[in-house]
Amino acid sequence: MKYYIALFVMGVITNNYVLSKFLGICPFLGVSKKTNTAFGMSAAVIFVMLLATAATYPINSFLVAHKLAYLQTIVFILVIAALVQMVEIILKRYIPPLYQALGIYLPLITTNCAVLGVVILNVDSGYNFGRSMMSSFAAGVGFMVAMVMFSGVRERLESSDVPKFLEGLPITLIAASITSLSFLGFGGIVEGMGLI
Amino acid sequence: MNPIAIAVIFVGAVGLVCGAAIVVLSKFFAVPADEKAEEIEALLPGANCGACGFSGCSGYASALSKGETEKVNLCKPGGQDVADAVSALLGKESAAVETVVAVVRCRGWNGVAVKKHKYDGISSCRLASQLYGGEKACPNGCLGLGDCVDACPFGAIYVSDKGVARVDPDKCRACGICVDTCPKKLIDLLPAERAAAAVLCRNTQKGAQTRKACANGCIGCMKCQKACETGAVKVTDFCAEVDFSLCTGCGKCEEVCPTGAIAVRGLLPANQVRIMKDEG
Repeated sequence: MKYYIALFVMGVITNNYVLSKFLGICPFLGVSKKTNTAFGMSAAVIFVMLLATAATYPINSFLVAHKLAYLQTIVFILVIAALVQMVEIILKRYIPPLYQALGIYLPLITTNCAVLGVVILNVDSGYNFGRSMMSSFAAGVGFMVAMVMFSGVRERLESSDVPKFLEGLPITLIAASITSLSFLGFGGIVEGMGLI
Repeated sequence: MNPIAIAVIFVGAVGLVCGAAIVVLSKFFAVPADEKAEEIEALLPGANCGACGFSGCSGYASALSKGETEKVNLCKPGGQDVADAVSALLGKESAAVETVVAVVRCRGWNGVAVKKHKYDGISSCRLASQLYGGEKACPNGCLGLGDCVDACPFGAIYVSDKGVARVDPDKCRACGICVDTCPKKLIDLLPAERAAAAVLCRNTQKGAQTRKACANGCIGCMKCQKACETGAVKVTDFCAEVDFSLCTGCGKCEEVCPTGAIAVRGLLPANQVRIMKDEG
């Protein structure tokens, strides 16, 4: 149990996928203009991450058993892309409002490196099924925390007086790096809490 | 077995299984598509401007196909061609679309309109107008900070050298987004394809006050109302307004106007281009 809590804290805070591992920067910068869409996108990412981990875990055991571990990347990309397509079809049928709200960002999860990253890192860390799922869930929640927090920052940037040469993406990148720096301050809390 | 063969077979198999699963899912969970709506949507311009009053082109198309609206002439960017095509598809009689074009009703450019203070904040008409109504002494003057420029999906609006917004009538598709965007409510959709007089001022203050604020404003002197033979021009609240259904475009009002606030040249696209060149 302690280990699961540690995994969660690590995924959300100390090893945040966006702010410490710099995975999933594209949606982090692209979809964080409004808090609502940032939240919806993160929810979809959490769902896809869990689904992808559940689907790739047995595939990975098969690959390892047949000494085909070098195929991980290509097979995982294939499976994740197919899963996202299926999620899209089902969402379109049963929850059209959510489908419309997510729009282009749903297919973009296909190429979201945070999803592939979490799957690959789970495998590399040698987690069992339960721990893999916990780690993915934590990664997704961490993604959500980063997105929602940063969308708040960006909403304030919109109405602030930014020097002309920094307007738009430059100031966004600076704000992102400062947010990321602030998360460095959490380093060591998992060890400090005696969770590992 | 050769390890390369195993790898190829495995990746191929995963691909096949995923592909098959997607095919099955898309067959069983397909959304029943409204074919008629799709056909109508293909005819519409696809600008999603919302001028028709629906959420976009697809919204208008589905409303037409379901019979929620009978009006085939709501698409302003598409104009008469689209109305004809849609009505032909639906087997209904076509209705006439009056082509309109957006016009910024202000001639208070720099040097003509008096500025009562200096605004040095965020470049937005909406914010500027919240601070004592903006820089201009005239409460209905164009602030020229370009909220309408940003709002226009067709890039038809620009702020001239002299600091007032102007609409390029060739690019304007009459979607009406700018009409709602302008905090001073200066932009109107006016008939584009016939000569008609237009009052390019919205100041409703008394004549003397208007004069102090802007040399080109409508002072409500009633000369145009008296000169008009068809009764199309009416002055209410010290500002003239033209009833386009009565206006013949004779130009008598323009001749008598002391400030140039009313003009027949206002509306035809060619004349608007002239306004933009002559008057900033």
